[in-house]
Amino acid sequence: MEGKYMKDMEHISLPPLSRVAICGGTHGNELSGVYMVREMQKKKVHQTESVSITTVLSNPRAVDACRRYMEKDLNRCFTDALLSAPITDSTPYEVRRAQELNAQLGPKGTPEAVDLLCDLHNTTANMGMCLIFYSFDWIALHIYNYIQSKMTSAPVTAIQMDISETYSLESVGKHGIAIEVGPQPHGVTRADIFNLMKEAVDLTIECLQKLNSGSTFEGGKVEAYTLVKSVDYPRDPTTNNITAAIHPQLQDNDFKLLKPGDPIFLSFSGETVKHEGEELYPVFVNECAYYEKKIAFHLAKKVTVTFPSVSVKKVD
Amino acid sequence: MSSCLNEARRVAIFGGTHGNEMSGVTLVNLWVKNSAEIQRKRVETKPFITNPKAVEKCTRYVDTDLNRAFTPENLSAPGGDNLPYEVQRAQEINRLFGPKESPDAYDVIFDLHNTTSNMGCTLILESSKDHFNLQMMHYIKHPVGLEVGPQPQGMEFPPCTVEAFRVLERIDYPRDANGNIVAMDCDWEPLNPGDPMFQTFDGKTIRYHGPGTVYPTFINEAAYYEKQQAFVTTRREALVASAIRKV
Repeated sequence: MEGKYMKDMEHISLPPLSRVAICGGTHGNELSGVYMVREMQKKKVHQTESVSITTVLSNPRAVDACRRYMEKDLNRCFTDALLSAPITDSTPYEVRRAQELNAQLGPKGTPEAVDLLCDLHNTTANMGMCLIFYSFDWIALHIYNYIQSKMTSAPVTAIQMDISETYSLESVGKHGIAIEVGPQPHGVTRADIFNLMKEAVDLTIECLQKLNSGSTFEGGKVEAYTLVKSVDYPRDPTTNNITAAIHPQLQDNDFKLLKPGDPIFLSFSGETVKHEGEELYPVFVNECAYYEKKIAFHLAKKVTVTFPSVSVKKVD
Repeated sequence: MSSCLNEARRVAIFGGTHGNEMSGVTLVNLWVKNSAEIQRKRVETKPFITNPKAVEKCTRYVDTDLNRAFTPENLSAPGGDNLPYEVQRAQEINRLFGPKESPDAYDVIFDLHNTTSNMGCTLILESSKDHFNLQMMHYIKHPVGLEVGPQPQGMEFPPCTVEAFRVLERIDYPRDANGNIVAMDCDWEPLNPGDPMFQTFDGKTIRYHGPGTVYPTFINEAAYYEKQQAFVTTRREALVASAIRKV
């Protein structure tokens, strides 16, 4: 991806970002994105000024069943290996669907891929408005910076994924960003959460339109979080059932610094488990879908990211 | 006037009636493993997981909602293994803890549930005339010293008044406009005519236009989307329970 742009330390020049995909229902029970995509399809939103928009319901079977996934988490199916795996009768539904989405919105890593893929998610964790993107993506950083500066209804945070093997849907686009809004129970749609997501989607498109019109977006610094490790629930060694819940002092306190000695779990028989190790920031605290992934919460460090100025070079 | 009742000797505590409502599952599993906390003199308490398959899959139900399955038709339906899983379970539970409406049935059943609605701790009673239940509800809210020491023979619970909310009607989501609930987290707060109720996905407000003030509850319960229920309206009532004492 880096090779395509004239990249020097101060400024990046790139071609217009004219094709955007807005995806909802990648997890079928994360309803804000489902209703956002349906509403955009009802209103036949395809084109706004310089940006053409494709809306996609990523996992329609899971949406119908109001489940996260049918056989396999779709948002882990976009690795190079799974995207090129041969399809047999035993191939899980989501692996086939990932290959379909890759053909429609990608292929990943080629010039035909959409310029920006925006994937809409909800979490049961109290994360407010959180943008998630891979660390090498300058455009995603600029979109985050833009949304953070314009959004007054809620604070905006960002999680930077610092990994080389990308696996999620937004990695199919040339640039990708996931909009994660919580807390919302899975299978429920809340007006306040929907409104936050709508505002973020509108600002994302507005940001691209401004870029495409020739404005230079100045570089600068932003704060973001990078995942360091995840912590599982205490479990019964024989049954593997969880034996504790997130401690009330940690519950709903995503992005608040966790220090050694702070309580993290309260066992069902009343004992407190405390955090040991370095000071870090908890995120995705008590995300319902992560119980099966053996994650009670992630721990992240706060980083300051410097990013270059960006402008679109008009192509004749 | 007071009601004379037989001792409540056998009590059951159910969890996992909906397999994804975790508090009840967790508590009942704890008590099955170690029942010390729920033991009381002169009362047999039995903790019980009602829908084990749904609990295993962490889903509300497998074939049909267990908590709607205890109808007379279901409880007497023939067919054994061919019946939906939850109907079989209902018949089994009726055999173990009932039969319903017979003298062999357990005296009290507590069924533990969770909701995605902001209802706090809500006790749900089938009947407004069950004086035993009303007295129990009153006690849960005002546990005044009766816990301490052995219960004297013939102790009477004096008459009391309990505030309750009586279910009026179920309100569905607007279906053609398709909207989100706007009146969120306001269970048990008054909803007056003209107050905002729904927000459509394109931003318009739909207001409540009922004849009078109601108290909504079960606002935005996930499991009720498929039952076409956005919330339930209730009316506030004071229920009077007569004094009760043991026979």
